[in-house]
Amino acid sequence: MFSKKSFLALFAGIIFGIGLSISQMTNPQKVKNFLDIGGQWDASLIFVMGGALIVSGFAWYLAKKRDKPILTKQFYLPDNQSIDRKLIIGAIAFGIGWGVSGLCPGPAIASIGFLSSELAYFLVAMLIGMAVGKKIKG
Amino acid sequence: MTDFTPYSAILGGSLIGLSALLLLIGIGRIAGISGIVSRLWQNPGPDLSWRLYFIVGLIIGPIIAALFGVKTPQIPPGSPYMLIIAGFLVGFGTVYGSGCTSGHGVCGLSRLSRRSIVATLVFILTAMITVALFRG
Repeated sequence: MFSKKSFLALFAGIIFGIGLSISQMTNPQKVKNFLDIGGQWDASLIFVMGGALIVSGFAWYLAKKRDKPILTKQFYLPDNQSIDRKLIIGAIAFGIGWGVSGLCPGPAIASIGFLSSELAYFLVAMLIGMAVGKKIKG
Repeated sequence: MTDFTPYSAILGGSLIGLSALLLLIGIGRIAGISGIVSRLWQNPGPDLSWRLYFIVGLIIGPIIAALFGVKTPQIPPGSPYMLIIAGFLVGFGTVYGSGCTSGHGVCGLSRLSRRSIVATLVFILTAMITVALFRG
């Protein structure tokens, strides 16, 4: 069934994908060059983050003024506040994989329409990694 | 070598933020890609559909952009072994650490979540160190 909720999610996904494309975050070399401060540094990613943070900061401001979202009964937000080992270990593992490949989950999924064998290797391994992470996390 | 492209970066980033705004204000959800992908198979209840639709949209987005002349995604050829190891670490790390660049780096940071601030600093610094080690 194609509900308003589904349409909104589809539309939000399309906007996200276009945003990744326009900002060239779907080019892993551009991401790597941001991470390569000592080399051919490309600071573009900071501006991507900046643009995204300003608009999503505005989203939190709007959310605070509302009891509930427009199409659902409640906000579904993480309430965990603790800085634990899982958070740190996970972030380190992700950071290594991100640094090696220049790919994080968003751009990797968004590039599926232009699938190459290299991307397919990455994606399958990523899904397996997610399943393992879930299992260990419990 | 890539060029510094501040304008397209801000425009694209703002669209990513707009997507997060739509999900939050529309259906009360966080636009964290690793969370959305890893929960696709988790609960085949009413929650499945929005995640699936979002992912379909995420895949369609760059195709639409390409029709309008935006550069297509480019995955540079690399060693399959390195990509498999990297993919596994990205998948494992984002689930175990509860978020990726979008969930922690955009949604969490803009919410001023302590967890997200710490996670983002850790994964960016780790990635920078990794790139430096692999370059050297």
